[in-house]
Amino acid sequence: MLELTDLCYTYPDGTEALRHIDLRIAEGEKVALVGPNGAGKSTLLLHLNGVLRCRSGAITVAGHPIADETIRQVRAQVGMVFQDPDDQLFSPTVFDDVAFGPLHMGLDEQDVRGRVLRALDQVGMSGFERRMPHHMSLGQRKRVAIATVLSMSPGVLALDEPSAGLDPRARRGLIDLLRSLPQAMVVSTHDMRMVAEVFPRTVVLAQGQVAFDGPSEAILGDGELLERYGLERP
Amino acid sequence: MTLSTSTLDRYIDGQSPIHGLDARVKLLLALAYILAMALLPPGAWTGIAVSAALLWWVVLRSEVGLRTIITRAFVALPFALVAVTLVFTRPGAPILRIPLGPWVLTATDVGLTAFVSIVLKSWLSVQAALLLTATTHFTDVLYALRALHLPNVLVAILSFAYRYLFVMIDEGQRMLRARECRSAELPGRRGGGSIRWRAGVVGQMVGTLFLRSYERSERIYVAMLSRGFSGELRTISPRALSSVEQGLLLVGGATMAGIVLVSYFV
Amino acid sequence: MNLIDLAHRMALAMHIPDGFLSVPVALAWWVLTIIMIGIAVRQIGDSLNERQIPLMGVMAAFIFAAQMLNFPVLGGTSGHLLGGALAALLLGPWAGILVMSCVVALQALLFQDGGLLALGANIFNMGISTAALGYFVGMPLLRLFGGKRWGLVAAGFVTAWLSVMVAASLTSIELVISGLSAAVVFPAMLFVHMFIGIGEGLITVAALAFVVSTRPDLAVTLAGYLSPEALRRPVDRGSMIGVTGVGLLLAAGAALLSPLASASPDGLERVAEDKGFLDRALGPVFNLLPDYTIPGMDGPISTILAGIIGLLIVFALVYGVSLLLRGRGEGRTMGQQSGSRSGD
Repeated sequence: MLELTDLCYTYPDGTEALRHIDLRIAEGEKVALVGPNGAGKSTLLLHLNGVLRCRSGAITVAGHPIADETIRQVRAQVGMVFQDPDDQLFSPTVFDDVAFGPLHMGLDEQDVRGRVLRALDQVGMSGFERRMPHHMSLGQRKRVAIATVLSMSPGVLALDEPSAGLDPRARRGLIDLLRSLPQAMVVSTHDMRMVAEVFPRTVVLAQGQVAFDGPSEAILGDGELLERYGLERP
Repeated sequence: MTLSTSTLDRYIDGQSPIHGLDARVKLLLALAYILAMALLPPGAWTGIAVSAALLWWVVLRSEVGLRTIITRAFVALPFALVAVTLVFTRPGAPILRIPLGPWVLTATDVGLTAFVSIVLKSWLSVQAALLLTATTHFTDVLYALRALHLPNVLVAILSFAYRYLFVMIDEGQRMLRARECRSAELPGRRGGGSIRWRAGVVGQMVGTLFLRSYERSERIYVAMLSRGFSGELRTISPRALSSVEQGLLLVGGATMAGIVLVSYFV
Repeated sequence: MNLIDLAHRMALAMHIPDGFLSVPVALAWWVLTIIMIGIAVRQIGDSLNERQIPLMGVMAAFIFAAQMLNFPVLGGTSGHLLGGALAALLLGPWAGILVMSCVVALQALLFQDGGLLALGANIFNMGISTAALGYFVGMPLLRLFGGKRWGLVAAGFVTAWLSVMVAASLTSIELVISGLSAAVVFPAMLFVHMFIGIGEGLITVAALAFVVSTRPDLAVTLAGYLSPEALRRPVDRGSMIGVTGVGLLLAAGAALLSPLASASPDGLERVAEDKGFLDRALGPVFNLLPDYTIPGMDGPISTILAGIIGLLIVFALVYGVSLLLRGRGEGRTMGQQSGSRSGD
């Protein structure tokens, strides 16, 4: 589904953010991306849908390499959800926001409406179409943020710290939602208890490199490994 | 929910037929009403009374509360003071002399008529606009503006502005609160610094807010790109107005035109 | 009272409600406003960088929120920002015009700050003229002062103060043409706004200095003319003097008129709270009236003519001063200046 080969990225100011990343993610596979702040998690996510273009190496999404000609299909295929829902939800109403992706994919209006209703239903936010984001709780906004990409029927979801800042009940709801979605996922997070519940596979990123890639159980049970990468025991 | 949300949103929730009316119809009718108020000649008391009765009947049907609308409409009252002078400057038959030390102010009938007319007409116009705001989600007003062919760029800017108004005001309020928490005064000393210093503090807050806003707009742009934005804004096209709605527009417009015409010629 | 209400009450002073402008005046200013916005949309469209759409929207929200940040001045009044000059100096003239127009429109549509029929005039006064002045007077001034630190401060302050005065003058002119008494409107509006303008100037300068010293790159990319190259470019003499002159004399003429008001209201809301004010204030105003009309003419026309004569005098002064200053201060750049600023 998603294939990263020898991906490197250097910021314009010369900082090396990603170094020789190799990653393969199968259809429907749920992967947690963990590691300290500044390890390159967000930078990596921004590469998955081509917002950042790699300086060297290659990314293919569903068999298509990311290039100028394929960028629009890639963005429909990889649904990117940012950490702050106030950045993700930029329209005045929930409906407009969930419809933004499908409309810009060039779908006809009937289809768009159907997709909006389905996506909101999937995240349990039916009936919120006409609501405004500033009238909603953080948990509700996070759910709608996920709906804004589900309406584009992506094959992969890339989520940046989805559980950050949520109260226990909203966090529980989010975990159940992530478990119920059939898509492949790459989720950056510090929430190791969520990792244990949702993600069979974990990738640890440290200083721009893949430091560990394997079954979540292996790392979650290994106190020394957790300690080394500054992670919390669940 | 934040403080600003409740203070800023003037929409009053309800299920009335006025709430259910299409925003385009409401916007156009409110404009027609305000235009008619502006066109009414001074001293057209019957015209003003009929218009007021008409508006208040609609307000009652909207169930937002006549009292709310009327009291909120006093917002424009300070401005009426600019017009008070009409009473003493318009030539006409003197009705009252106010001696003021060495000077005498002379109120005239023409002046008084002009002043009272302006205040009443302005007050009713504000009520019409308030009724529109109280019964219409601002997002629907935005749809109406788009449907009425306001350029897309402007509607887009207004939409973003409305969406982020609340986010920005929350940030601004957090800054003000932080300033208040640190504005201590020692006993026996005057705190607060000079006006220039205080203005400088506000200026820095403004600058900080600007940079945060700029950074947010960058993140929003990336979020838009991620969902397929490529420079052209697409929206769902508006539905056509039904014949009932068109009829309502026609009747409302004709009524206001009638009130104005009758006031001039009767 | 909460802060938002207070800020709005302050801002009300210049938002004309419906009912005060005559229909021809309101429509004429709608036409002007539509033309100006049309030009701005086209200018932005020509240089279209799609990044600017969310940017302008968020900036309109920013100005709105920034207007809320106020500081106590005197006797219960507070200083706050209108923002037109700042918007133009940070974003350039056309984006500044669009952003400010949207701010004024939102105030009318959301809060009934200013009427709908009067919206054309209000957008023109507070959105278009302030932003246009911010750029077309601010830029020549910045160049004139050669991008030195005091130049940024001086240009920012003068521009911001002028923008408030021009907005107040335009508001007064519209009200007077609509039939209100010039003898009261001009002195009251201009006198009050002379002080409001000082707050505007101080905040604008502080905000500008903060942005230029924290993110010098932004000041260059957003409003292109703050770049070192643009500042080094010699000033086109005709346009500089013409444009600066027009801006300065508009507001300076307004300032000339305002001392005629011996009444000294602190702000229109003070007036509202203190209804006894009019009784005290009107006498002296009427006493002064004959002094600033032109003999043999009456009413608003004579007042405006008197104003224009005042403006011409100021124009001559400004022209002379600009000629004197022109030779100096070229060659320093904003880049160097901002570099030295970041150290303090």
